[in-house]
Amino acid sequence: MKRIGVYICHCGTNIASTVDCESLVLFSKSLPGVKIARDYRYLCSDPGQELIKKDITDFSLEGVVIAACSPRMHETTFRYLLKAAGLNPYCLNMANIREQCSWVHQDKNEATEKANRLLQAAVARVLRQKALEGKKVEMKPSILVVGAGIAGIQAALTIASEGTKVVLVERAPFIGGHMAQLDKTFPTLDCASCIFTPKTVEVARNKNIELHVCSEVVEVKGYVGNFNVSIKKYPTYVDPFRCTGCGECIEACVLKKGVASEFEERMVNRKAIYIAFPQAVPLKAVIDPQACLFLSRGKCKKSCMEACKAQAINFEQKEELIEKEVGAIILATGYDLFDPHLLPQFGFGVYENVLTNLQFERLLSPSGPTRGEILLKDGTTPKAIAFLHCIGSRDENANTYCSRVCCMVSMKQAHLAKEKTGSEVFEFYIDINAFGKGYQEFYKRVREEGIFFIRGKGSEVFKREGRLVVAAEDTLLGTPIEIPVDMVVLGAGLSARRDAEKVAQVFGINQSPDRFFMEAHPKLRPVATSVDGIFLAGCCQGPKDIPDTVAQASAAAAEALSLVTRGEIEVEPITSWIDPELCSGCKLCVEICPTSAIQFIEAKRISSVNEALCKGCGACAAICPSKAARQNHFTQDQVLAEVEELAE
Amino acid sequence: MKIDPKTFTRDYNLHVCIQCGTCTGGCPVKFRSPLNMRRLVRQTYFAPDPSLFRRPEWWACTTCSTCTLRCPAGVKNVELILGVRNYLANQGEVPSTIRDALENTLLHGNPWGRFRDRRIDWAKDLEIKIIGEETAENLLFIGCAPSYDPRVQSLSIALFKIFQKAGLDFGILGKKESCCGNEIRRMGEQALFRKLSMDNTNLIKKTRVKRIITISPHCYNAFKNEYPDLDLPVHHYTQVLIELIEAGRIKLTGRSETLLTYQDPCFLGKQNGIFEEPRKILRSIPGVTLIEMERSRERSLCCEGGGGRMWTEGFTEGTRNAEIRVREALHLKAKILATSCPFCLLTLEDAVKTSGLADQMVVKDIGELVGEAIDSNSNNPIPCPPAGRLQIIINDPMTLFKTNYLVD
Repeated sequence: MKRIGVYICHCGTNIASTVDCESLVLFSKSLPGVKIARDYRYLCSDPGQELIKKDITDFSLEGVVIAACSPRMHETTFRYLLKAAGLNPYCLNMANIREQCSWVHQDKNEATEKANRLLQAAVARVLRQKALEGKKVEMKPSILVVGAGIAGIQAALTIASEGTKVVLVERAPFIGGHMAQLDKTFPTLDCASCIFTPKTVEVARNKNIELHVCSEVVEVKGYVGNFNVSIKKYPTYVDPFRCTGCGECIEACVLKKGVASEFEERMVNRKAIYIAFPQAVPLKAVIDPQACLFLSRGKCKKSCMEACKAQAINFEQKEELIEKEVGAIILATGYDLFDPHLLPQFGFGVYENVLTNLQFERLLSPSGPTRGEILLKDGTTPKAIAFLHCIGSRDENANTYCSRVCCMVSMKQAHLAKEKTGSEVFEFYIDINAFGKGYQEFYKRVREEGIFFIRGKGSEVFKREGRLVVAAEDTLLGTPIEIPVDMVVLGAGLSARRDAEKVAQVFGINQSPDRFFMEAHPKLRPVATSVDGIFLAGCCQGPKDIPDTVAQASAAAAEALSLVTRGEIEVEPITSWIDPELCSGCKLCVEICPTSAIQFIEAKRISSVNEALCKGCGACAAICPSKAARQNHFTQDQVLAEVEELAE
Repeated sequence: MKIDPKTFTRDYNLHVCIQCGTCTGGCPVKFRSPLNMRRLVRQTYFAPDPSLFRRPEWWACTTCSTCTLRCPAGVKNVELILGVRNYLANQGEVPSTIRDALENTLLHGNPWGRFRDRRIDWAKDLEIKIIGEETAENLLFIGCAPSYDPRVQSLSIALFKIFQKAGLDFGILGKKESCCGNEIRRMGEQALFRKLSMDNTNLIKKTRVKRIITISPHCYNAFKNEYPDLDLPVHHYTQVLIELIEAGRIKLTGRSETLLTYQDPCFLGKQNGIFEEPRKILRSIPGVTLIEMERSRERSLCCEGGGGRMWTEGFTEGTRNAEIRVREALHLKAKILATSCPFCLLTLEDAVKTSGLADQMVVKDIGELVGEAIDSNSNNPIPCPPAGRLQIIINDPMTLFKTNYLVD
């Protein structure tokens, strides 16, 4: 029989006031295998740990039972203790006599009796526990970053500056994401491109960053430290090594009307061959195959080819599949702006001077369609502009969450509108969400500038006598109002990407009810996901402003770096395994496994567990009809012995 | 059901209201009455003073539901109004015209107190199946206004002729049909609504009809959303018409070039999402050009005919929405203001007359327009007010029905 030590924690008065710890010590000594039993005020304290450590040596203990708080609190603490004392850390068992006993009972006799049972069961179990060794897994020393907006760029640059290789994948033909569309940033009114272009240029220059634009990750296999990633690279029909970005092909493109420019938020058209904006990185032309007359209909004189002196255009280009091995992954796939078509009362798509905040941002931008002038569609300057807050946010008919950035965006835009046009500016708001550093001060500044704040959500927009009218209630006066304006800017919120489900599936991660990717813990692990080695940065996890995005991206980079630079990691040994002698090949375990850790080996017609992927949930062990799937540390004899003592 | 104002906050989930004013801002009677939906929610938030409910503005609400549909917090403002009205009805504190309408419905099955025996007078000369005596696949539920009101009867007759020509197997419930109760519930009489819904449900379930076709969007709404035990598909007649047109079962012939605009009925459009069918029908009439008014579809301006407003007068002031609508249509140079709801038809036609525009514009229901377009005898009828019908200008729809009642 194994030599067992039992330690009972008072936890100050948390346990001792309801459970008679001394009688527990006496009872423990009567249990089989127990060589020593003690109680102590705080076992987790240094002297408490020293006490146990000394006993392990003095009494040559082979197993330890700690009756204290929940294992979620201190199991790791005591496992380290066992390891330091030369015992296998898995020879520990904790009896939870706090959360499951002293905290939920009042009667001391009954609580003590229950604590006896819990302890008895724990001792019975620890006698059957086996030493386990975690497997060491080698880490691939590179990191995949998906999405090259400000989040992805920040993460990639942080990782690259440490010397680790980064594979940066971007779906668009250029990097920069939404931040590249912005004019100025709140609350400091820095020019967005002034603070941003140095970063995009650095991405292009950095030797440690391998950039793939017009590319998507289509498959992820493997596990932490050893991900095998397939990247699909779509043809741009332009050889990036030859293209000089001169733009002569664009001039030559015969597509007269063009198609709506995504970068300019569909306010103007672009040609079939195009460079999204003058500071684009990489500054290479690409061909949109849907718009290109030759590629879509096979009929075009291909004047772009004639115009290109560098002979970069190649209609033969095919899509490529690139395979990469990486140790960790950072997802920074960003957001989609809420589509105001979904709330028809605001007249978006009906009236040409009803814009989204991102469209207005393009009007503000010196590189935008109006070269930075705020103009109505007829080319005149608006005399009155209304900004409507909470469009698609905090709304049961759209997204229920607050998008966090739109109040500040609206106020920044109101300030710039006032500055550039001198027009009357109205802000229709429910509450002003100015939570960041310098934000409330900015709100005050904007109010001082003479912008009218109306406490009431815009209810609808319509036209009367040629002008737009915003109908709302001034809730502070209790009066319905209709204010005629020339331009309406909708403070559209941030939504999860339209294809967030698909991306979540590819990477095997979860989504929260708001469809954004879910972090491992909302407070303590905000950049990790439920999959080891996959991290989140920026708006793909939830709406964020630029400072928060950059902070989270740096954190994700640090976490990913600390993982891959370890060289190897130990995988938790509490995994399941399948006895090949007993497995009948029914595949029930393959279907039920939530982490896809079980594979069916066709050649042998049996299932097998990938220990690096297994999270030790035990679903396979429970469902296996032939008892071939088994869970380390939760074997049948261990669990049954425990139950037997509890039910005695 | 017991209505207690003290529990309004819990019963109508008023805790979630963020007082943003979306409801008041979009209310069609916001400038016509002191009714302020946001304030009502706030005032009923704590145990309200019962005197609050004696204000006349609770009867100004048309139950168009714009507030409820737009509320970002999910407050059901209209249900709260119905709760207030139900409380008032239980206390006997309703306007006399409403009281009469409710009593009439209880006694005669229609709010105007016309005799049940005369419910199918409009069909006297038509060979129409009475379901119960005969069987049919489709039940055409006529409803009260299309049964009794001489202006709306022409719509019932038009639909009969269209369906007959298309070879649709249909019938009506005849004299046994009772008011659908949609407006009754909106006037606050929840118990009478339940009685009507049970009567009609039992009557319909005894037959072997496969679907119900309604003329009024109000009946459509009641059957589709508020009858608890009616497990039958319900269609508004515009849905059936477009089905028949697209299947080639009715052929529409041309009329002279006409500009036409369309008023979305609240109970058909914003409340039940039927925007496209009426427009498709109108576009398929040769010669007709459909132009949209500024506020259409989800932003359509309520005509103020719903929510019991057909039986109240004097709780609003200023220009009627129907008159605003008519002027808007005139501004578009529309010769026909089309709609697909008996109440819209009456309020808008009334507004055309009070605005002195009867020589410039006619108000027509889509059913009537299609009826004219399939009638090969009518040779491109010129749009003008139908002769032989109401010639007097009537301000108050109530007067119309009172007059007819006396004639009976």
